[in-house]
Amino acid sequence: MEALVAMVIGVLTAGGVYLVLRARTFPVVLGLTLLSYAVNLFLFAMGRLVIGAPPVVAETAHAYTDPLPQALVLTAIVIGFGMTAFVIMLALKAYAELGDDHVDGERRP
Amino acid sequence: MNHIVIAPLLAPLSAGVLLLLLRHLDLRLRRVLSVAALLAQLGLAFALTAHVADGAILTYALGDWPAPYGIVLVADRLAAWMLLTTLLLALFALLAALRGLDAAGRHFHVLFHLQLFGLAGAFLTGDLFNLFVFFEVLLIASYGLMLHGGGAARVQAGLRYVVVNLAGSSLFLIAVGTLYGVTGTLNMADLARALAHTPAEHLGLARAAGLLLLAVFALKCAAAPLHLWLPATYAQASAPVAALFAIMTKVGVYSILRADSLVFGPASGPLSGLLDPWLLPLALLTLALGTLGALASRRLRLAVAHLVVASAGTLLAAIGLASPQALAAGLYYLPHTSLAAAAAFLLAEAVAVRRGALADALDPGPAMPAQRWLGALFFLTALALAGLPPLAGFIAKFMLLRAAVGHPASVWVLGVLLAAGLMGVILLARSGSLLFYRSSTHTVVEAKGAAALGAELSPIAGLLLLIVALTAAAPQLTTFTLATAAQLAEPAGYIEAVLSAGDG
Repeated sequence: MEALVAMVIGVLTAGGVYLVLRARTFPVVLGLTLLSYAVNLFLFAMGRLVIGAPPVVAETAHAYTDPLPQALVLTAIVIGFGMTAFVIMLALKAYAELGDDHVDGERRP
Repeated sequence: MNHIVIAPLLAPLSAGVLLLLLRHLDLRLRRVLSVAALLAQLGLAFALTAHVADGAILTYALGDWPAPYGIVLVADRLAAWMLLTTLLLALFALLAALRGLDAAGRHFHVLFHLQLFGLAGAFLTGDLFNLFVFFEVLLIASYGLMLHGGGAARVQAGLRYVVVNLAGSSLFLIAVGTLYGVTGTLNMADLARALAHTPAEHLGLARAAGLLLLAVFALKCAAAPLHLWLPATYAQASAPVAALFAIMTKVGVYSILRADSLVFGPASGPLSGLLDPWLLPLALLTLALGTLGALASRRLRLAVAHLVVASAGTLLAAIGLASPQALAAGLYYLPHTSLAAAAAFLLAEAVAVRRGALADALDPGPAMPAQRWLGALFFLTALALAGLPPLAGFIAKFMLLRAAVGHPASVWVLGVLLAAGLMGVILLARSGSLLFYRSSTHTVVEAKGAAALGAELSPIAGLLLLIVALTAAAPQLTTFTLATAAQLAEPAGYIEAVLSAGDG
């Protein structure tokens, strides 16, 4: 399972970095979204991968999963969500004002 | 537990929320409220500084959860010093914005106070993830402020600024996650202690996380080669916002200093001094590229923005020299350079509005109305920016140069610092003569009354007076920064204060 999660994070990050380096705003926004997915998965995995164990104290539990990364991921998701919404609005505004979705704002032939 | 530690956070947050709720109030009343809130924050910052000036380290456990399980706020000399600098600068930026920028779009005062909330939080938090959260708070407020007033060029520069910072935030989270994975803690004091016991097989991971953290903070403080986002952003933001942003890169410098002195400081065993070999080369490269960029600029605001990059380089050099004297010089230089850059941004705007289509381009043009006043202020601002005597910048740079003598890399440090200083002088002298001396004699029609001129130039004069006060109080302030540097050199006290807070 560790190898699978690691590969998923790697592929998401690689795709995100590639898209962020594109010249138009829509792929850049998609790339930022992919990057934030990768980061969230990564943060989550930093509490170690545990299946079927509770994060809070329970009488019947034999093992626990680390609750802190889950709280961190929740915070990161909320922040990432807000930032993505903002950057989409900003990209739309830039497109409306500049008449082009190129990140340099220059019309290309 | 002393509530004075959280007060500088609650004040701007409640001011921001209150101003949002009262958004339909008359603009004049909102202005009064905003300035009053800022003055109150300034009072709290002074009170906090008085509490920590004797070397006490105050901690505040949020929700009374003891460290390292809960999030703690920590106030030491460095945090109070940064907070005070920020608020003094913000006061004059706000006064400059009252001239009409705050009416150019919605929620200026709300964003301004939330920006101060994020800045205060970044300085006061003792938790690495909490630092990330406050970075995001100050960044999202800065996005709003940066775009305030609109315009195609501003939106275009703003989009790049936002994308760069979002990518930086992702890297920050990866670094934080890796450090948590290795140590199981995010409290900065506890991190330092836990890193000392890193198992050998995890040392590489911890190193990678530490250097990633350095990369993120270098992006925030616009250290070369990650500085290219700054000049375009700062030159496009409205002048009062650019003046406030002069402190934003110092948050990155502060974070590097905190990481270098505490997390990877003397207490962290095999990882102590992890960042040290990188800081000095980064600093000198930043200083050189910032100065060269300023020399190549064809507009005054762009040149000032490049000088902000160069000043971050000087500050990083002060950290990189790794001696208390150098650090004290840097800490004394920090408010000076922030205030001078803010004054220069405001002045560039005052020049630009009087030159018609030429704006702040560094080309000879028609003489400006009120040329004498502008020229006099430009002269003083240039003295401050270039670090010439008799102002505080000269004292700070002299202290820094003296601390650099005897360092193994002293030739490089002295050479780059002095060369950059000389080029700064040449640049500012050339700009001044192009803008003021080589202007043609037939004057432009006076567009504004004398009263408007007074309101326009008084924030600049206020900033310069503050620099004069910094200079006059040099003995007391350098004593304070030396004490701050000594406190940072001994992080054991900080760690002890944070981790024992829960027992008391």
